[in-house]
Amino acid sequence: MSEETKILNTEQQEYTINMGPQHPSTHGVLRLVLTLRGEIVQKVQPHCGYIHRGIEKMCEKLTYPQTIHLTDRLDYLSAHINNHAVCLCVENALQVEVPERVKYIRTIMDELTRIASHQLFWACFGMDLGGLTCFFYGMRDREYILDIFEETTGGRLIQSYYTPGGLMNDIHPNFQKRVKEFIKKFRKVLPEYDQLLTGNVIFKNRTKGVGILSKEDAVSFGVTGPSGRGSGFSCDVRKHSPYSMYSKVNFKEILFPEGDCFARYMIRMDEMRESMNIIEQLIDNIPEGTHTAKMKAVLKLPEGEYYQRVEATRGEFGVFIVSKGDKYPYRLKLRSPNFSNLSALDTMCRGSKIADLVATGGSLDYVIPDIDR
Amino acid sequence: MAFSIYDFTTTTKAIDLFLNDIMSPFWATVTELVIVGVVFLAFYALVGLYLVYAERKICGFIQCRVGPNRVGPYGFFQTIADLIKLLMKELVYIKNADKILFNVAPFIVIITSFLAISAIPFAKGLHAMDFNIGVFYIMAVSSIGVIGILLAGWSSNNKYSLIGAMRSGAQIVSYELSVGLSLITMCVLAGTMQFSEMIEGQRDLWFIFKGHVPAVIAFLVYIIAGTAETNRGPFDLPEAESELTAGFHTEYSGIKFAFFFLAEYMNMFLIACLATTVFWGGWMPLHIPGWETFNHVMDYIPPVIWFIGKTVVVIYIIMWFKWTFPRLRIDQLLTLEWKYLLPINLINVLLMAFIVLMGWSL
Repeated sequence: MSEETKILNTEQQEYTINMGPQHPSTHGVLRLVLTLRGEIVQKVQPHCGYIHRGIEKMCEKLTYPQTIHLTDRLDYLSAHINNHAVCLCVENALQVEVPERVKYIRTIMDELTRIASHQLFWACFGMDLGGLTCFFYGMRDREYILDIFEETTGGRLIQSYYTPGGLMNDIHPNFQKRVKEFIKKFRKVLPEYDQLLTGNVIFKNRTKGVGILSKEDAVSFGVTGPSGRGSGFSCDVRKHSPYSMYSKVNFKEILFPEGDCFARYMIRMDEMRESMNIIEQLIDNIPEGTHTAKMKAVLKLPEGEYYQRVEATRGEFGVFIVSKGDKYPYRLKLRSPNFSNLSALDTMCRGSKIADLVATGGSLDYVIPDIDR
Repeated sequence: MAFSIYDFTTTTKAIDLFLNDIMSPFWATVTELVIVGVVFLAFYALVGLYLVYAERKICGFIQCRVGPNRVGPYGFFQTIADLIKLLMKELVYIKNADKILFNVAPFIVIITSFLAISAIPFAKGLHAMDFNIGVFYIMAVSSIGVIGILLAGWSSNNKYSLIGAMRSGAQIVSYELSVGLSLITMCVLAGTMQFSEMIEGQRDLWFIFKGHVPAVIAFLVYIIAGTAETNRGPFDLPEAESELTAGFHTEYSGIKFAFFFLAEYMNMFLIACLATTVFWGGWMPLHIPGWETFNHVMDYIPPVIWFIGKTVVVIYIIMWFKWTFPRLRIDQLLTLEWKYLLPINLINVLLMAFIVLMGWSL
């Protein structure tokens, strides 16, 4: 057979399908154009933009305190943490020192968000792999955290609780009690997660050695967060450039070198435990004081460029502000972790089955509004 | 014997004689066929509906929620309401779909499961057909169902459906072997393929105890392969909603979708019935050799209750692992069959034959 006919035959055997924009396992309106050969994935082309809202552009016409209401809506599962980045960026630019109390509360809130997000990851990952019961267990336990949020902030999913200079309002009197109750409860529940999913033979077969991302690829694609750490890429911003209380609490940066779906899964399971440790170190020691620093009525950032990065639940979230000394930013660029993580999907999935693509996508745990912004 | 009061043979005989009395033998047979058909159809619909209800309740129980509880007491009429909804829904016709095959496919699927159920004895004398090749008949008929699924996937003009259908083809054809071989193992023990004789053979003790180790292995393999054959989780790859949206029945709507849905549940019921009949004594009450009083007491429980009870337990096990296990991947699924279940099964048949030849069965 001549070389040309061979190529022709291969091309004829390939076909494309649209996975999304409406598809149960893309976790939102993401469209993946798959080139398949039988069930083998030849190429994955993500097409984003279905939920693009122009948040970066909108920010150019909003004052800094207003901006946080939009960053909430990027990765709605780490709403607090996104806001944290904006607030820190503005505070650093204005050189405002926020009260200790605020730092404590922000750190606790961030870690609660992380736990809630990883619970949802566990729930959805189980469902992606066909274990439907996981979804209900994960959702059930996430509810406790949402209740805590609701009591203090008034919001459940998107809270807009942080503001440049501090917090919108002080914590609810029940806050500490309920957080401690939650941690006590969740420490008992977490082993159940392992029993239901982690130890399962089918689950291990489906995730071990699947969707492998090497450390080099993780670095070059900028895959951060649990997905990057699952490839052995030490990228925890909380460790490398600590903000708020992270320099004063003890916690481990969890690293798994395998780079497969199971490693990414285990990272998140262990991070939930670490987050609980962090909260336990802080929750009893919240100092008294005001919940906000003295700020001017209109915030005008001095002319210059400012960057702040934080560890969001899915990776490094960065805010880059260019200011011309106005009350609006001249340009506000958001570095969203999911966008970079998604870019590695093609590399991870080539040559694997459709089912592996679903598993890999689930283990990246992408949130589509964060990709499209 | 106590359970002669529960014997349906006399009733059916009486009806047969009565019909033959009042009309010619030809019309008597026709009338009987119609009666049996109507009874089975009603039974089929009822069991299908309440299996759906049971599944929703059981999965609710496993997932820490209530399940349907609005329509009627404990949501008892929920599935009936669902059925009415499905009956009234529009049947969407797909552009460029192969119309004939598209319409025929759900009927093939449902008719095969309907045919297979007719050979199951629910109590003494309570079965439509009593073949001397009953096991073989069920295997043969139920394996036609895959054609319906393949046609559905092929004719839908949808790539997702096609992938689902191809997966289904590979899966059902492979697992048919395991189901067949594990049933053959039991046929070796029973020495017959006729269900009525098989059940009579379990009068003193059920086959799963009689055939000790090979029977237990055969039962486990049968349950795994049976679940795979009915396309239920963890082997629900043909539908795999997180991968293929709904697999082979993506494009079906209304009552045609309901046919696929119902056929899936009826196949599960069939698998459970077959497991009950072949391994757990069918309608035969629990008899233990030597315990005369105990055996006598057991005889007072009607055989239909015994049959349904055992079937329900098997169905619960099947549902249980659907709701706790994640789904396999297609290559792992085929590996499981061809590399593990099939060799185990082949050795198991030999082992059983050896045990029967040596007269070691209990």
